Amino acid sequence: MDITLKVNGVSRTVAVDPRTSLLDLLRERLGLIGAKKGCDHGQCGACTVLIDGRRANACLALAVAMDGREITTVEGLAQGDDLHPLQAAFIEHDAFQCGYCTPGQLCSAAGMLGEPGPSAVTGDILVDPDLTPEEIRERMSGNLCRCGAYVNIVSAIAEVAP
Amino acid sequence: MNRVEGRVKVTGLATYAAEYPVEGVTYAYPVQSRVAKGRVRRVDASAALAMPGVLAVLSCEDPPRLATEAEGELALFQSRDVAYRGQLVAAAVADTYENARAAADAIVVEYDQDVHDVSLRADHPGLYRPEVVNPAFPSDTEKGDIEAGLDAAETTVDVTYTTPVLHNNPMEPHAALALWDEEGRLLVYDTAQGTSSSRDMIASTLGLPKEHVRVVSRHVGGGFGSKGTTRPQAVLAALAARAAGRPVKIALTRQQMFDVTGYRTPTIQRLRLGVDSDGRLTALDHTAYEQSSTLEEFAEQTAVPARVMYATPALRTAHRLVRLDVATPSWMRAPGECPGMYALESAMDELAFAAGIDPIELRVRNEPETAPDSGLPFSSRNLVACLREGARRFGWDRRDPAPGIVREGEWMVGTGVAASTYPAVRRPSRARVTMREGDFLVQVAAADIGTGSRTALTAIAAGALGVAPDRVHVELGDSDLPEAPVAGGSMGTASWGSAVVRACEALKVNGTEGVADTTDEVKQDARLARHAFGAQFAEVRVNAVTGEVRLSRLLGVFAAGRIVDPVLARSQFIGGMTMGAGMALMEETLTDEEFGGFLRRDLAQYHVPACADLPDVEAVWLDEDDGELNPMGSKGIGEIGIVGTAAAIGNAVHHATGHRVRDLPITPPKILALRF
Repeated sequence: MDITLKVNGVSRTVAVDPRTSLLDLLRERLGLIGAKKGCDHGQCGACTVLIDGRRANACLALAVAMDGREITTVEGLAQGDDLHPLQAAFIEHDAFQCGYCTPGQLCSAAGMLGEPGPSAVTGDILVDPDLTPEEIRERMSGNLCRCGAYVNIVSAIAEVAP
Repeated sequence: MNRVEGRVKVTGLATYAAEYPVEGVTYAYPVQSRVAKGRVRRVDASAALAMPGVLAVLSCEDPPRLATEAEGELALFQSRDVAYRGQLVAAAVADTYENARAAADAIVVEYDQDVHDVSLRADHPGLYRPEVVNPAFPSDTEKGDIEAGLDAAETTVDVTYTTPVLHNNPMEPHAALALWDEEGRLLVYDTAQGTSSSRDMIASTLGLPKEHVRVVSRHVGGGFGSKGTTRPQAVLAALAARAAGRPVKIALTRQQMFDVTGYRTPTIQRLRLGVDSDGRLTALDHTAYEQSSTLEEFAEQTAVPARVMYATPALRTAHRLVRLDVATPSWMRAPGECPGMYALESAMDELAFAAGIDPIELRVRNEPETAPDSGLPFSSRNLVACLREGARRFGWDRRDPAPGIVREGEWMVGTGVAASTYPAVRRPSRARVTMREGDFLVQVAAADIGTGSRTALTAIAAGALGVAPDRVHVELGDSDLPEAPVAGGSMGTASWGSAVVRACEALKVNGTEGVADTTDEVKQDARLARHAFGAQFAEVRVNAVTGEVRLSRLLGVFAAGRIVDPVLARSQFIGGMTMGAGMALMEETLTDEEFGGFLRRDLAQYHVPACADLPDVEAVWLDEDDGELNPMGSKGIGEIGIVGTAAAIGNAVHHATGHRVRDLPITPPKILALRF
């Protein structure tokens, strides 16, 4: 069936198999390999994209349900040649090794920076907490990194966090 | 120096194996055995072949042609015998991923099932002594009289530790994309830690001359050993592409990876140690019990690190292996050193406690003059300096050695230390350096699996040429480049870097191009014991109510020759220590004794460390000037970080609680079973 969605600002109309996930649509049909398939079960976060500005696992979203939605992938974070501040900070802090979880970490961090409210480690839940390293660790724990770059991921995000 | 491929990785443009745009690509999806032992009676593919978009079905009903050399896990569909639950027994090829997956599900496989045996036990009647352990160490060694040493000891420990099945779980699932050309030449985009060796293995498995096979792995999403040997997906993609007459892509699912991409063998390890009243070892006896499959013998070298660690008049190491109806274990980050040093360094801590000696002091008192088993001099050895520097940084002198006394509300707090080691090896490699319009192109069939090889080799070449790094371009990850060994055994940079330096030297003579082959140079290396050493320090908080263990501090101090690049090195050390924290506290694959195969075959059940599990881990190193290694003076650093970490954490849990957990991982139920 046909759906129309906006990907990184560009409107695309595609015929999709109802079994196709948003992740496979991006990777196998639209040529956008940035979102990665690490587990296909919403367990690793490598496929994290922004759907209407909120971070989500693209492997858990069916493509047919994305009609009319706006998707931002890691390919859409930079403005032309200018890297997104998170992308630049990840390079500066050596916040990745193999790079396979990196697009998901970046999209997740970009979404996380705009999310208000407390987390499981917030003291006073009535006040929006500062993004301390502890808050960042908690809020980024849906994105696994097997190379073990967490220490640098946290310092990269902390540099960009307000 | 920032990673040279940093920009393509953060913008999502780096191409991993399954991501090359190929016209007309099709998809393969495998079928796995539902029994652990038996024979495939019948494969009925009729329903699958009638489904939309299906191009081919492969199985043992019509075995695809492979060379007679094809063996073990790569001899796909050549036999009706099933060696383990999860083994690949068929595959469907279709125009889309969705159609291939549905077709694979519709293939009916019937089995004649036999009784399986999947349980490793230290009293298994099938245990035997392997000829060699990975890769070519003697299985057993013995020096001096162990029983006399134990009899003469003032204090002894006799302890047994177990480690579970562990899975490498790189973030990028194993994948391959295969294309045949009209002349019968094969191109495979593979997730390979070494394209030269992968090309050779694919060629010999398919019976092709190796000039007809090209393997490309420009970016590899982690491997940790699991992509160091050629895995079935590469052969399956080639067979499927031949059957379908189209390019074929296969990306294993996370669940399939648990079965067919290798794992660390479970181990049962018995340690018997004795010390005299001065704290000097009188005996060290280390025996490891491990498993392999009925397809191939893989014997992990678990007791081998005990041969280099401590001075003792009596030293015995032994390995016993049993062949079970399980998948073949393989390399996982620091095979041998990682599980072996977990047990040895835990036992040393137990011995220190039993003898009333500080655990650092015990290790210092048993520092050997030469390698304990071989008697060879060390090219350099700075274990004691690592322990001392770590103690200073960690505040070890403020530690009360009595266990179970620091308590903050529900939390019991403790600290622990362990030593680490890893061999510093180099293998022959080739390289070519060419000057082009004032820039330098470095070509070597190395791999960058996240270690930063591109960046390290850029720095090495720039140094050897005496030019700025931005004038150097490194090309790797392609078997058409000068032949190079695998990214494994912490020997990549040492091996490739030696060849790159020699090629740069040749270019400086020739002016435009330099080629090198270090085969002769490596052969002439003096006989010495070459090892990196380190020490890990951990502080844990153990919750008396929930049994949760939280890591609050983790420090590693390493002596690994000259560090080629401090940014990459710090990341490698911390990454290894992070994986060691997972081994200590959460990682475990269960074997399904009733049905065979593994349980917990995904990342929701096989827990790897997440961001919130790690504190601000610190890794530092000592300057080490060792002229007996390679032109860079470097020792490999990819694996030593994981070695020692699990023992340091386990020792800290003992210090916090006063109890030993000798079976990894140290999970809440095991803590709550203690009485404190």
